Amino acid sequence: MEVSSSKSYSVGARTAWDMFHEDDFFTRITTSCADMDNMLGGGINCKEITEIGGVPGIGKTQLGIQLAVNVQIPLDYGGLGGKAIYIDTEGSFMPERALQIAQACIEDIETNGFYRKDFHVNMEPTSFLENIFYFRVCSYTEQIALINYLDKFISDHQDVKVVIVDSVTFHFRQDFDDLARRTRVLGGMALKLMKLAKQFSLAVVLLNQVTMKYTEGSFQLTLALGDSWSHACTNRIILYWNGNERYAYIDKSPSLPSASAPYSVTAKGIRNSASNCKRVKMM
Amino acid sequence: MANKLISQMGLQSSISNIFAARNIRTAKDALSLTEFELMELLDVGLAEVRLAVAHISEAASPPCQTALSVMKERCHEFFPTQLKGLDEALGGGISVGALTELVGPAGIGKTQFCLKLSLLGSLPTAYGGLNGRVVYVDVESKFSSRRLLEIGANSFPEIFHTEGMAKEMAGRIIVLRPTSISEFTECLEKLKVLLLQHQVKLLIIDSMAALVTGETEQGASMNQSLGWHASFIKSLAEFSRIPIVVTNQVRSQISAEASQYTFQARRRDDVLEVPERFESQLVAALGIQWAHAVTIRLVLEAKSGQRFIKVAKSPISPPLSFPFSITSSGISLLSNDGIEMPGPQINTIHCQGHNDIINFDGGRLL
Repeated sequence: MEVSSSKSYSVGARTAWDMFHEDDFFTRITTSCADMDNMLGGGINCKEITEIGGVPGIGKTQLGIQLAVNVQIPLDYGGLGGKAIYIDTEGSFMPERALQIAQACIEDIETNGFYRKDFHVNMEPTSFLENIFYFRVCSYTEQIALINYLDKFISDHQDVKVVIVDSVTFHFRQDFDDLARRTRVLGGMALKLMKLAKQFSLAVVLLNQVTMKYTEGSFQLTLALGDSWSHACTNRIILYWNGNERYAYIDKSPSLPSASAPYSVTAKGIRNSASNCKRVKMM
Repeated sequence: MANKLISQMGLQSSISNIFAARNIRTAKDALSLTEFELMELLDVGLAEVRLAVAHISEAASPPCQTALSVMKERCHEFFPTQLKGLDEALGGGISVGALTELVGPAGIGKTQFCLKLSLLGSLPTAYGGLNGRVVYVDVESKFSSRRLLEIGANSFPEIFHTEGMAKEMAGRIIVLRPTSISEFTECLEKLKVLLLQHQVKLLIIDSMAALVTGETEQGASMNQSLGWHASFIKSLAEFSRIPIVVTNQVRSQISAEASQYTFQARRRDDVLEVPERFESQLVAALGIQWAHAVTIRLVLEAKSGQRFIKVAKSPISPPLSFPFSITSSGISLLSNDGIEMPGPQINTIHCQGHNDIINFDGGRLL
């Protein structure tokens, strides 16, 4: 039997075998927390959308900034050597903090022994800041406009390897009277982002807020934007408090099992949790 | 940007006319519809719609900067509170261009803090002030000019004992007393004009909770209104580059209140219970949506008779708690070394051992 080429089915069709091999080249962006990276199979996936949500103060923006820095780690040090787009809808991005995190990232590379002084890579914290394209979005219209425009922007800046939206929720939570319309608009936005992720092989990270939902007999915390939205993202990570520790939990993933990993927010950024009882818990 | 007119975007006149004919005038009108809805409404093909949407999107997108250019633009933008430990923890002081919230139980010192800040806002820059007008939105009529002048005289005697200076400084503080949310909204919109003229350097809203709880409409519409106000206040702060401080009240936590996710409820055996959770808790009013909206949250609380000010939410500060007391010169920290508070306890609000309600009308002190 002659095996017909997958291309004869339609444009863009690939066999599962080919995809399996491509998976090896699925680049990932480290979170700087070894436990979280291990849980995620190496880090945040490129070519996919990852939604990260949690209560105020749990560290969403911190993780967003960490990823915007880590995407820039040079190829020679196991990074992607790419640039970042940071879409700030809430005004939470503080460049001073990004500078601090970049400084710590560089110091970690220099102290882990692999740093080659003869290697001429511009690793100054300010150059890391220069590689973060920053957009301040003030309304949902601007958010939609910008995400539409990214197609052209990234075509002109193909070294962008991560797009972070902090947060995807803010403007959609209050300005919409018609929730059905909101669902349609959000759905359209998610599709565009997915297309960007695949077309340019970059990671899309959407930070989300929380709200309360009445399920299983009581009010529980859940990520905002509704049930339809919860289907839109490929991966979903919830950041939460467990006792005095911060944990990340994989709520949704096509290939990873549900698990939690502890992490901490330090002056250097996101790092492993310092406590002794840390373990990656499988469900 | 959302209200940018399609007619001024340089679209091909044929398609531009079709948009106008269907009453789609602004970027917001066009982008609120999906591609298929536009196709249907305008009676044009997908390719044409896509081209038009791409063009409108590019025109309505915010400008691109780099994190570096943002940092250079916003150099040294902090408003020092002159409480050394707190200023250091906050990276210099109250963040300019952001919304800082002060939340705590009644009588803990929020208004005292606000009075001190409004004074600092009016002072000349040589004394660490902003040298500008301060707008104080006093919802609960707690503003005491007598106390303000007392704080001034005790903290900056050189200025306040100079002829006419007290009048000058106090004259820069404008107190507004809106009686409803709609009046408040009007105030904000008028403020926008004043801010454009660079006259107002600090805005204090004391308190946001009182403004909102006074309204009869509750539930979803209140949330909408709160969300709109949070967004508007933040954009005011950012575009006019001023610090904005808002106070918030507390309420008791209802036992049925959410504190867990569905996946946590399912695996009860794994959860490390924090004993504190079982005490009757106070939580900040205005809900979780508001808690997400504020940029920085400072919690004021009392534990075993000692007052603390904690940095509960901040993009740059570690979770530190500072003991403080209320004195004749306002608020002062008892220690500039903050106590680091790991875990969610930085967010909890205690009210233990603090029974005296301070009333600074006429110099009566703690």
